[in-house]
Amino acid sequence: MTSYALFLGCTIPARQPNYELSARKSLAKLGIGLVDLPNMTCCAPPPIQSIDLTASLAVAAYNICLAEEADLNLLTLCSGCFESLAMTNAMLKADEELKKKINAILAKAGKEFLGSKEVRHFLQVLKDDVGLDRLKHSVSRPLNDLKVAPFYGCHALRPSELLKLDDPERPRILENLIEALGGKSVEYRNKLKCCGGLLRGVSDDLALELAREKLRNTTKAGADCISTLCPFCFVALDIGQVQIRGKFQETYDIPVLHYSELLAIALGTDPKELGLETHKIKTDKIIDRIFQ
Amino acid sequence: MLLCYQCGTCASSCPVAKITPNFNPREVIRLSLLGEKEEVLSGETIWLCCSCYNCQERCPQKVEVADLIYTLRNIAFEKGYTPDIYSQFASALLEEGRIVKVSKFVENKRPAVGLPPLQPTGIEAMRKILSTSKFKKPQQKKEEDR
Repeated sequence: MTSYALFLGCTIPARQPNYELSARKSLAKLGIGLVDLPNMTCCAPPPIQSIDLTASLAVAAYNICLAEEADLNLLTLCSGCFESLAMTNAMLKADEELKKKINAILAKAGKEFLGSKEVRHFLQVLKDDVGLDRLKHSVSRPLNDLKVAPFYGCHALRPSELLKLDDPERPRILENLIEALGGKSVEYRNKLKCCGGLLRGVSDDLALELAREKLRNTTKAGADCISTLCPFCFVALDIGQVQIRGKFQETYDIPVLHYSELLAIALGTDPKELGLETHKIKTDKIIDRIFQ
Repeated sequence: MLLCYQCGTCASSCPVAKITPNFNPREVIRLSLLGEKEEVLSGETIWLCCSCYNCQERCPQKVEVADLIYTLRNIAFEKGYTPDIYSQFASALLEEGRIVKVSKFVENKRPAVGLPPLQPTGIEAMRKILSTSKFKKPQQKKEEDR
């Protein structure tokens, strides 16, 4: 069995245990093992990189060191964690001088970055370790042609030179994974643009405006739901709908589900076990549609 | 940054520039090249970048636009020009080892839904790593000092 060290991050356990739950249930069914290592910390995402880039690289590298010591590759669910860790891993592996500089900082915590492990996004594990064919064969409850708007967000794809998840302008990984579950992937305007998540708290107006555009475009394209990969995109688009209703008196009613939640349902997990009631936009009509 | 010839590909790829006149990555670069330190570092502009990296992906001159904005923010933080929420992230990181705190309430509910217990955070190791970083510098100036 392929096993990974699970990098859980902060936002998922704090705010979206439903994401973790659906991912754990699905990966177990697909034969992917997860190991919860002690002493992991924050991944040092963009808000921390904004304060001190060098320290952020060291914090991210520290977490990779823990996986190296356990002889495991890392699996991330949150795209923010993926960006911080995969970017750091790629940068330090490619630049001996930078690696030396970061290792001098890590020495204070008794760690040394070796560059012996990989950081994988949940989607890459599904595509590469499980594979689309095996995934299709594992589906016991196809999504019944549910129209799903894939939402990549930013940090699963970009900076692409370091992350190498898919083509940053024309990705297919999420679309293919949606179709493998028996869903219909829906095209919509500005699919690859930002959810506004990182502007929340800095300029809520701009953040909501960015989310609003995605809600407008996915609704116009006739999508039944939006599928996200990242807890920040989820908040921007799910709770965002409630805030947009308050601010712009504009009502959207498009459920937002993490890809892992659609996956868990397609693999036969009872939706009642997934904590879907924590979503602000009710998912009942999606469940009814799948079970129709 | 010196490679920038002001073509504006970054600005036309920027989702924020599309909805507000207050942020334009091309202008941030131009002002930086002209040495307008105070204007670039003290204003809210550099904090309006949503870090989506579209500009960096598309720059024909391979200017690392998004990374440049991070660098400007690092300098601005040292000078005390930081939005409150970023200062809160910095304190949470030092106090909790996480930028978003997991409440006891949420943590205690994990077994009931079938989630394994949370592992301890490596807060001590992280404090050592951050001990010589900007996180340990005297905290930011207050709003009225700007």
